[in-house]
Amino acid sequence: MSALSAAPALDRRAFVAALVAGVPEALIVSGLGSPSYDLFAAGDRELNFYLWGAMGAAVPIGLGLALAQPDRSVVVLTGDGEQLMGVGSLAAVGARRPGNLSIVVLDNGHYGETGMQPSHTSLGTDLVAVARGFGIADTLRVTTVPAVAGLRDRILARSGPTFAQVLIRADDPPRTFPPRDGVHLKNRFRGALGLLPF
Amino acid sequence: MVEDAWQKEVFDVLKQGGVRQIAFVPDAGHAYAINEAEHDPDIAAILLTSEQEGVGVVCGAWLGGQRAVLLMQSSGVGNCINMFSLLENCRFPFLTLVTMRGEYAEFNPWQSPMGRRTQAALELMGIRVYRADQAGEVGEVIRAAADSAFLAGEQVAVLLGQRLIGRKNWKGN
Repeated sequence: MSALSAAPALDRRAFVAALVAGVPEALIVSGLGSPSYDLFAAGDRELNFYLWGAMGAAVPIGLGLALAQPDRSVVVLTGDGEQLMGVGSLAAVGARRPGNLSIVVLDNGHYGETGMQPSHTSLGTDLVAVARGFGIADTLRVTTVPAVAGLRDRILARSGPTFAQVLIRADDPPRTFPPRDGVHLKNRFRGALGLLPF
Repeated sequence: MVEDAWQKEVFDVLKQGGVRQIAFVPDAGHAYAINEAEHDPDIAAILLTSEQEGVGVVCGAWLGGQRAVLLMQSSGVGNCINMFSLLENCRFPFLTLVTMRGEYAEFNPWQSPMGRRTQAALELMGIRVYRADQAGEVGEVIRAAADSAFLAGEQVAVLLGQRLIGRKNWKGN
């Protein structure tokens, strides 16, 4: 968010709903906290894998998934704080460059789950520059809901990896809790891909 | 590059076990497997900046229907601790091969604190630990661990003892 605080800030729920509606076949991994609530609020899907912990794991999980399912679009939907904790994983993505992986960071410049303390993106970190520096060439900054169409097209094209920073308002919409049972989430996700239990 | 027979066996067992993704932070003891993975069209080699990323990669691979393994050094186990919560919460099958430092003919005392606690840290986080200290047992132990992980869905680590890897040839002043 640094140097961009004057940019119009999106409503996170409206943005995520528009994004998910545009990529109905995508495999989506959401980072802990509000991104998981946003994804669930857009309508539960078997091909959503919601994280409730393991902060920093969203991109690594998306990377392993994208390599395993090269013919499917994989979206990691996370927040600035979660991405910052797992920032090194962007280097792993930049090195492997899976075309079907898109990383969408909902950036409000704050740690929403813990009381809206400012995050590094309010204090100097530019996540688009970070992603580019890690070797992810296809980056974009989204500041309007209509711009979701461009992001959707890139997700569907699978010619990434793509990194999108989405500037959202620092608010705290009503929390909508997805299932917390990790075994259930794992098995139904795999089941929707036609994968049997071991 | 060191190419001891046991190092070759590590890769061969993983390959025969259907492993399709090898995530790693480089280590001399894993050098052969890393090099082979990088040249194998059926295996994705994933270079990590920190071992904790590998826990997520292995879980993501399983979500997508592939077997994966995390290769790391004993110091990396400490970097993974909170990420191991993924394994317990979701019961992801998990296999990691850990080359040991800080336990045998170690020159560098900075390796010792984590090396002495590697097994306990893994077990504390619910991961079953196997060890191989003799070259002749490496293949069988990894094969057994892979069965536990991929057939029984367990979370398993194999510690490859420092004695296997041998004395590090330090060329200080």
